[in-house]
Amino acid sequence: MIAPAKPDLVTVNIDGKEIAVPKGTNVIEAARLVNVDVPHYCYHPKLSIVGNCRMCLIEMGMPAVDPSTKAAIMDPATGKQKINWIPRPQIGCGTNVSPGLHVKTLSPMVKDAREGVMEFLLINHPLDCPICDQAGECKLQEQATGYGRGYSRFIEQKNVKPKRTQLGPRVTLDDERCILCSRCIRFSKEIVKDDVLGFVDRGSYSTLTCYPGKKLENNYSLNTVDICPVGALTSSDFRFKMRVWFLKQTNAIDTESSVGANTVVWSREGVIYRITPRRNDDVNDTWLADSARVLFKAVKASDRLTAIKINGTDGALDVAVNAAAELFKSNSAPGAIAVVGSGRSSVEEQFLTRKLADALKASTQLVSRVGQGDQLLISADRNPNVRGALVTGLITALPFGELTGLGAQIDAGKVKVIVAINEDLAAAGLTSAQLTKVSVVYLGSHFNASSAAAKVVLPTLSPFEKSGTFVNQQFRIQKFFKAVPGPVGATDDLMVLAKLVTAAAGLTLPAEINALWKVIAAEVPALGTMAFANLPETGLLLDATPFAALPFAEGETLHYKPAQPAVAAATA
Amino acid sequence: MNLKPETLSKIDEVITHYPTKRSAMLPLLHLIQEDIGYLPEDTSEWIAAKLDLQPINVLEVITFYPMFRQKPIGRRHVKVCRTLSCALLGGYKTCAAFEKEFHTHLGEVSPDGEVTVDFVECLASCGTAPVVMIDDELHEKVDVAKAKQLSDQIRAEAKQR
Ligand code: SF4
Ligand code: FES
Ligand code: FES
Repeated sequence: MIAPAKPDLVTVNIDGKEIAVPKGTNVIEAARLVNVDVPHYCYHPKLSIVGNCRMCLIEMGMPAVDPSTKAAIMDPATGKQKINWIPRPQIGCGTNVSPGLHVKTLSPMVKDAREGVMEFLLINHPLDCPICDQAGECKLQEQATGYGRGYSRFIEQKNVKPKRTQLGPRVTLDDERCILCSRCIRFSKEIVKDDVLGFVDRGSYSTLTCYPGKKLENNYSLNTVDICPVGALTSSDFRFKMRVWFLKQTNAIDTESSVGANTVVWSREGVIYRITPRRNDDVNDTWLADSARVLFKAVKASDRLTAIKINGTDGALDVAVNAAAELFKSNSAPGAIAVVGSGRSSVEEQFLTRKLADALKASTQLVSRVGQGDQLLISADRNPNVRGALVTGLITALPFGELTGLGAQIDAGKVKVIVAINEDLAAAGLTSAQLTKVSVVYLGSHFNASSAAAKVVLPTLSPFEKSGTFVNQQFRIQKFFKAVPGPVGATDDLMVLAKLVTAAAGLTLPAEINALWKVIAAEVPALGTMAFANLPETGLLLDATPFAALPFAEGETLHYKPAQPAVAAATA
Repeated sequence: MNLKPETLSKIDEVITHYPTKRSAMLPLLHLIQEDIGYLPEDTSEWIAAKLDLQPINVLEVITFYPMFRQKPIGRRHVKVCRTLSCALLGGYKTCAAFEKEFHTHLGEVSPDGEVTVDFVECLASCGTAPVVMIDDELHEKVDVAKAKQLSDQIRAEAKQR
C-alpha cells in the first residue's frame, strides 16, 4: 500500500504514474494533474456530477490485501503489491480518489468503452460539422477523432428533432446535436437558480426544452453556450459570424463592475467577434454575465471620438497638448484646476492622472457608479477600478453621489479648468450652465456632452484597444491586453496623459506600459515588488488593510464577501 | 385546475407520506389523472407550486411515462398489447378491429366519445396472447371476433347510461 504523503493528500497511480492529490479529487482531475486526458462530456468542474454520458470510463483497481490478515498480497512477478482490477469499467467523474487507487486509461477495455460510447453518441447526431458553429471547439468532434472508431455501422434513419429553437433572446438550440449531457440544465439550476431547462420525452426522443411559456433569458444564459460540449446551444449573436479557428484570443477583464471577471476577447483583423469567460477559480470560476459579452459593440460605435479638437477645430496632438498647457498656465491659482479621474481607467492611467493632478496642484475626484449587485458576477460598484485609484493615491476617499461639490466650486468661481478623463461631467451631475463657466480638457473614447463642450478634445482608446491593469473588489490586481488596434485619430491614454504631465510639469514619464511600471513600482509602495510583465494571468492580491475602514458599496458576490455589511446603495 | 374536494384531500394526505415533498410527484400525477381523466396543461405548474418545485421538473416526469396523458381520452380506454407474443398471435389485427368498430384511429377519441384505442407494451399475460386491457380489466385471447364482441358490450353499456 502506498503511504499517503500528507494527511489530506491521497496517492494514486494513473497509467503507471504516481501522484498525490487532495482527498475528494475525482479521477478526471487527478489524471489532469499527470497530463492524462480522460475524455468527458457531462462532467464540469463547477457543476454537480451526474455521470450520465459515460465517456469518462476508466479501468480501476485497488491494492490486494488478504481478507483475513489484512496483509498485502504481493505479486511474485513484479515484487510489488498485487492490484485487484475491477472487471468492469468505472466512470472517472464519479470516482473519487482513495489511497492506492490504480487507474488505467489506455487499456483495451477503456478503448472499447470509449469507442462504444462514441458510437452511440453519434448514432443520432446529424454530423453537420461543416455548417455547425461549434466546429473547431467541439468536444464531440475532438473526442470522436481522438477516441472514436472512425467509421459508422449505423445504416438506419436518424431521429428528427427540433432545429433552431430560440430558448431565449440570446441562445439558439439545435436538439439534434444535443448529447443530453445536462450541463446546461445543471448550470441554470445550480448557478443561476433559474431552473427552466429540462429533458422531455425521455427515451429515444429525449429533447432538451425550456418550460413552455418560459424563456432562458437570465443574464447568464450564454454560459450554457460555453459549457455545451457540442453545437446544440449556440449564441444567437455569434452564430455564423466567424470560424473560431480564425480568431485571435486576447486575455482581458470584464469592465462592467468591480468583480473583474476574467475574459477572453476573440478578434480577427482588428474586429472583435465575441467575448467568453476565462477560468479564474478565485474570481469568476468559469462564468461570465451576458451583459459583459456585448461591451465590445462600443468599439465600433458611431459615436467614437476620432478627431483631436482645439476650440472646435481639428488639430494635431501636440497642438492640442500645447493648448491644454496654455489653459493650465493661465489658471495657475491654487484650486483653479480640477481633475475628474475615472474608476474605469486602468491603474497605469490613474497613476499618470495623479501625476498630472499633482503637477497642476489640482483637486481630484472620481465619478461614482453604484447600482444593484446581482450576487453573482456583477457587483454594486459598476466602476471596475475604484480600488486602483485608491492604491495609486489618486483618491483617498470613495467617490460618492454626484459632483455637486465641484459644481459649487465652479459657481463660486474658484474652479476654472476641468480635466475630465473618460467621464461625462454632465452625466455626473454638473449642469450645462456650470459647464459653460469652465474650460474643459476632455480625454475619452466616446462622444458625450463634455466632449461637445470641451475646449480641448483628446480622443483615447477603449479598454479593448489598450493594455493595463485593474484592481477588483478583492484588491486583486489583474491584467488586460490590447485585442485590437484603436481607430485612426485616437491616441493611447497613457501617451496623452504622459504628454500632459510633461506640458504641466516639464517632467518626462514613460508612456509604454512596461517602462511606466518601473516608475509605478518605485512610487507606489503597494505595487513595489511588481512588474507588469510578471503579474500572473489570474491576478495578484494586494494588501487591503490600509483601506479596510472605507465603506465600499459591494455586497456579496461569487468569491467575495464584504468585510463589513455593504452600505445601502443610496446613490444610484 | 378543477379538482374534486376528495382528490384535494387525498393529495394533501399523500404528500405527508414522503420525507421529501418531491417524492409525492408520481402519486399526485396519478390522482389528478384519475380525477380529470388526463393531465391538463396547467398540471406542471400546479404540482410545482404544491411541491416547491419548478414546472419543468414536473413536465420531465409527465412526458417520461406513457401512462400519463396530456389530452382527454374516450370514456373507456382500450389498451392492446403489441409486445412480441401478442404481436405474433395477432395483436395488430385485434387493434385494427377495435379501430374499425369505433371508427377511430390509435390515440384518438372515437367520434362517439366512447373509447380511445392505444397500443401498450407487455401486459404480463403472454401465455394468453393476444391480450387487451379495457380500463382496469384484462381480456385474454382477444382475436378479431372477440374484439367485436367486446366492442358490442361497450356500446351496450354506453346505452344503459
Ligand atoms: S444542449 Fe448541450 S449542454 Fe445542454 S444537454 Fe444538450 S449537449 Fe448538454
Ligand atoms: S463525464 Fe463521467 S459520465 Fe459523463
Ligand atoms: S406480450 Fe402481450 S402480454 Fe406479454
